[in-house]
Formats: sequence, C-alpha cells, structure tokens
Amino acid sequence: MSLHEPKPLDVGETPDGTVDHDELEALLGETVIGREEHVNAPAFVVRPDEVQNALFALRDEAGFDYLSCVTAQQYEDRYESIYHLKKYDDPTQEVGIVVPTPIDEPISQTGEPVYRTADWHEREAYDLIGINYDGHPDLRRILLPETWQGHPLANDYNPEKPQVVPFRKHANPLQPDTRGEGAKSDTMFLNFGPHHPATHGVLHVKAVLDGEQIAHVEPDIGYLHRCEEQMCQQGTYRHQIMPYPDRWDYVSAGILNEWAYARAAEDLADIEVPEYAQVIRTMSAELCRIASHMLALGTFALDVFGDFTAVFQYAFRDREVVQDILEELTGQRLMFNYLRLGGVAWDIPEPRAEFFEQVRDFLDGLPEKTKEYHNLITSNEIFQVRCVNTGELPPKVAKQYGATGPVARGSGIDLDLRRDDPYGYYEELDWDVITEDGCDNYSRVLVRMQEVEESAKIIEQCVELLEDWPEDEREIQSNVPRTLKPDADTEVYRGVEAAKGELGIYIRSDGTDKPARFKIRSPCFCNLHTLREMTEGEYIPDLIASLGSLDIVLGEVDR
Amino acid sequence: MSSDQLHDTVSTQEARMGDGVDSRFNSKLREAFGSTPFILTKFDQFMNWVRGNSMFMLQFGIACCSIEMIQTYAIKHDLDRFGAGVPRASPRQADVIIVPGTIVSKFAPRMKRVYDQMPEPKFVVGMGSCTISGGPFQEGYNVIKGAEEVIPVDIHVPGCPPRPEALIYGIAKLQERVQNGETSPVTVKPYELEQFGDLEPDELVQHLADEIDENDLVMRYNWADSP
Repeated sequence: MSLHEPKPLDVGETPDGTVDHDELEALLGETVIGREEHVNAPAFVVRPDEVQNALFALRDEAGFDYLSCVTAQQYEDRYESIYHLKKYDDPTQEVGIVVPTPIDEPISQTGEPVYRTADWHEREAYDLIGINYDGHPDLRRILLPETWQGHPLANDYNPEKPQVVPFRKHANPLQPDTRGEGAKSDTMFLNFGPHHPATHGVLHVKAVLDGEQIAHVEPDIGYLHRCEEQMCQQGTYRHQIMPYPDRWDYVSAGILNEWAYARAAEDLADIEVPEYAQVIRTMSAELCRIASHMLALGTFALDVFGDFTAVFQYAFRDREVVQDILEELTGQRLMFNYLRLGGVAWDIPEPRAEFFEQVRDFLDGLPEKTKEYHNLITSNEIFQVRCVNTGELPPKVAKQYGATGPVARGSGIDLDLRRDDPYGYYEELDWDVITEDGCDNYSRVLVRMQEVEESAKIIEQCVELLEDWPEDEREIQSNVPRTLKPDADTEVYRGVEAAKGELGIYIRSDGTDKPARFKIRSPCFCNLHTLREMTEGEYIPDLIASLGSLDIVLGEVDR
Repeated sequence: MSSDQLHDTVSTQEARMGDGVDSRFNSKLREAFGSTPFILTKFDQFMNWVRGNSMFMLQFGIACCSIEMIQTYAIKHDLDRFGAGVPRASPRQADVIIVPGTIVSKFAPRMKRVYDQMPEPKFVVGMGSCTISGGPFQEGYNVIKGAEEVIPVDIHVPGCPPRPEALIYGIAKLQERVQNGETSPVTVKPYELEQFGDLEPDELVQHLADEIDENDLVMRYNWADSP
C-alpha cells in the first residue's frame, strides 16, 4: 500500500481519518434544517424535497460512496427516513441523513438515482411504514403480498384486519411473452421458485429469456417475511431479543448475528464487555463463520455440478464437526442464544482441556480437507467452466448496490468490518482480509474458501489465549442491570461483519425497556439486489451459478 | 458311510427352491420361507407396508428447520437408512412433504399448491414449532399460526429447530402410521374460492372477488380468529 500516492482528502475528512461534521454541514448548505446526535455519528436533518442534492453532494464531494441502510419509522407527529452513509475505504467515517415528512402527506424525494441500493430499501420502507418516495422508479410492495392492506409497522396499523392473498397460476411459460418489443417479441417468461431446489429457500425469480439469454430478471422476495423487526420491538433488551438474531441468518451463523444485536445494544446502553468474554465471542463467531461458509460451498457445488454425493456430503460432514463443538459450548446445534449483553452466557465447558482438544482436532484436520475441496471443486474443469468469468460484478456496481462481505471482497473491494471498524478481539489477532479481483462467481467461492482458513487462524489464536487465561480473571459477563432502560430518543446504528457481509442494527429507544424502532440491515438483502446486474445478458445456467455464489439466506433477506 | 452318500438324490426342498436367481438376490428371508416361497397377506396391508418402507420425500425447504432437515438427509444422520432418504425436487414424484419452517401469508397459497400437486396418498410431517403454532413468530402480523391452517398434518415434530434425531423419530412414527393404514383426516379448508366467508366486504375484497376464476387459489386470513 505504501507505494500508492496517499489519497487526497475528501471534503469533511480530517487528516487523521475522522469526519469533520461542521465542514459537511457547510457543504450541504441550505438543504440542512437541523442536526441530530446519534450514538454512532451525527446526522443532518434534510428537507424532504432536497434529498438527492444532499446525497449527491455527500457521495461525489465528501466520498460517502456506501449507503449502508435506510431506516424508516413513524413518530407521533411525523415520518422519518434515515440514510446511514459510510465510506467503503473507511467505514468508521459515518454520517446520517434524516428526512422528516409530515404525517398527513408522507412524501419524500427518492435517493435511488444516487445509490441504486436505495431502490429496495425504499420499497421496504414504503411497504412496512408507508412513506412515499417521489421519483422512485418502481414503488411497489416488496415483502408483503401486493394485495395487503395497511402498513404494518406504522402506528395506526390494525393487526386484526383480515387480509386476502390471491395466487394465480402463472401463465404457460411456453407462450410467447409480449413484453418488450410488442406482440412479435419472441422472449419467453421463465418462472422459478418459490419452491425450487436452486433458490436456497423460498426465493421467487421471474426471468424473461431471449433465446438462451436472460433479458430481464426480477427476484421476488417476501416468502419468509416473518416480522423479525416487530418481534424485536416487542421484546425487552436484556433477554427477549437475543433469541431472534439466531433466526435471521439461520445457516448456523447465529453467534455472528447475535453479535450484531449485542454490539448495537451495548453501544446504546453503554455496556462494557470483559476481555475474556470478547475472546470467547470471537472464537465462537469464527466457528459459526466456518459452518456458514461450508454450507455455502456444499450447496454451491450442488447447484453448479449437481454434486449431491461428494462435495455436498463432505461439506456437511465438516459442518457437523463444527456444530458438535458449538453444541458443546452453547448447548444448541443451531439456535445458540449464547451471547448476552455484556458478555456471554457461560464459560467454556468443563473439562476445558477436552474442549480445546476438540477444537484443535478440528483445526488440525482442516488443511487436509481444504486441499481436498480444492481438488474436488476449484480445480475441477466443469466447475471452472461454470464459474470463471460468469456473473461478473465490477467493483463500481457492487458499491452502488451496497454489496458487502464475500460478494464485495470477490469484486476486489477491500472491506471487512472486523478490521476496518474493529470490535471484539479481532484487532489483537493476526489474520488477513481476503480479496480477489476476478469479480466473478469463481472469485466469490475462492474468497469463502480462504476465509475459512483465516477463521481457523483466528480460532487457533483464541484457543491459545483462553488456555492461558488466569483462572481468577475469567469474567464472562460484566455487571448489567436486570432491566435495561436506555435514555429516551437515543439512536444507534452499528454493523458487524456477519458471514454474508455487514449486518447492521438500528435501534431507537423511547425510555422503556423495549426498543421503539428496531431495524435490521441485512447483507443478503443488498447482495441479492445485485443479481440483476450479474445475470442480465448471460445464460440461464449462469443465473443459477450467480444465485448460488451470492450465498443468500432467505430468512435474512426477508427478515 | 457318510450322510452324503445316503442322500444322493435331491431333496424336495432343494428341488422346489431350485438354483433360483443369482444367489446375491436371495436374502435370509427368502431362505426362511423354505419350500413355499409365497406369503399370504391382505393386499392393502402389503401395500401399506411397502409404502411405509419406501417413502419419497419432497425436497422442500422453507426456513431454519430446513438446515436441520438437510443435516438429517446428509452424512452422519443419513435418513436413507430408514427408507426415506431420497428427496425429490418435483412434488409430482413425492409422497411425503416435510414442512420445515415458518409459513407466512405470501407463501401459504404456494405451499398449498405444492401440496395439491402431490399424488395421493400423501403425508405431511410438520417440523418445528412454527408449523405447530407459529412458534416464536406467533404474534407476527404476517405469520400463519401453524401449518394446519393450510394443509392437514400427520406428524408434528416440536422443537426450534428439532434435532435431526427428533425428525428421524417423527418420520419413523409416520412410517408406523402408514404401515397401519392411518392418515390424518382432511378436515382443514381455510380458503374458499367463491366468497370470502365472513370478511367485511370492502373495495379490495370486491375487486378480488370479481377477478377470481375457478383456477385461482385465494387465501383469506382472518387474523382476529387465528389461534
């Protein structure tokens, strides 16, 4: 890196890598009508008809090229959309844009021309809260059925109101599709999902084919929208929310998700976590990452060359080993519910030596297995034909869509919140962020496989630390009050690096023991949005490969 | 004088059994039948026995439980040992559907359609708390309070998620039931085609009612009456 010229500073950036928010306010000029302090970063209140100007200025001049999340919520007297902006180069530089709209006329200018990722975020805000975005290209419901009445997270929603959901048989796929260039068009409509082996759950993809090529593709989500945000808004901070994160990304990434909630809530309520607990958290989170990437690998092999016998079963064999270790630690195979605010639920199981031996056995066997996977998968000619140079996602496009995690790193974007926005014990450990420059399906798989090795490195160091930890300093939880009541109107947005990318949580407190608004920024939601860019103009098999390499989990896409 | 020489003729039993087909196909069971390689049973009983021992599962994943379901199919737990391990991707080739996860309003009609496409006789295993009552998401505005609201369920496997062992037990129980010729009665019919039952008529209901033809599947959710 030292060979590069130092990057010129953006507007509002100080030489030591922080944000000068006064300078930003000057940049935004008259669009700003106020300023709020959030726990993570200050936010500017912007007029609803000046959203694009403000966002353009921040993106093009101040370098905020990453729209992390759009949170919408309703207060007694107004609606509010919050755009959480970050930089791909340095995600600790944050700023929020708060757009208030009146209760009787909730119309706000869309941010979609500035950040493509706002497209789906704003559709979700429209669907669940009921804010209208002026100029949005396609403002429809995204999670709920199109015939749904009311906006469920708005204050006046009546949950007892009956709903009607029709389901029409899809038109015969072999009939000529008349969309496009009039009745003579020879495109064909191809429907797949929500029940289909290649969709990794209940995803519905509507594709229009022109011959063998894909002319248009539209993922239709919401078949697993189980009101996670409502559930979290009904639970108390201390204990009732923690079981739910396990169920967002249910591919045994439980502890990674729990950490997202723990991090946001700990920042909100100002809770310290003992160092010992941080090491345990780091170790268990990385075990989860391995389990998650193993599943991604196994199902991807199944998608791409129908390998149900070897690679799929091998990947599941190794997952079983990880799950045994995690069960030993947490008592559960899949839904761990292991983290607590201020620490973890309990210590390493006794006898400790036996547990560490179990982990070491797994780690010692891993290089051999990795070699096997490379033999079976990445050096396989069929696999390479399917994956190299298919599903290309250039870094610029990936940034526009807010892609994170292995999808972004497979496109050469060097972003990993574990290193760039450090939390837990990652800062003290020796490991690398993996990036690949191929931008294709192959790179994304390579990134995941190498991340497994990096995770193994982290776990090994954690085990060493835990083994030598003095017995009287093993503090697993700090002293947290039984009932947590953060100050009213405190707002925080915090992300962690989950298995699929940045999993962010926005919490606003209202002085009670339950959050007033709980918003989940799901990495899969944004990554899935890139599918169109990756597949249009490619062949049908590439669509399957691209979908597999995105490694989405519908529980997290739909929440 | 050895016994070989005494019985130099072929015994009746051996004569009747003959060489048979390749010995690899001759099980211990076949030998036990001895000279009368026939069994006498009721046709129905025989069919149920066969059905129970060779179940074709539908490859059907919804939510978290499907991960544990895959684990059950995969190495270590290996559901195939119980004659129920080959998931079929098409509902037209399957006779057991495991419902592994939360069912939400948008998905319920699709699941009903998949269920309708399976040939009779068909059986349903509800996996996890969500298919019993909606589980941890029961209070959700969008969550169906159990699979039984949509399709009849033979076996409920509780847990969140159930361990693979629990699912195997559930399937073994289902096999037992199938072998005994028991299946849960089809009593649930939550959707109606022509009218929307007790729904208050309003613009949307009227609009939908006008548009529906016989092939459409429409579900109405009366949240106030849900369990």
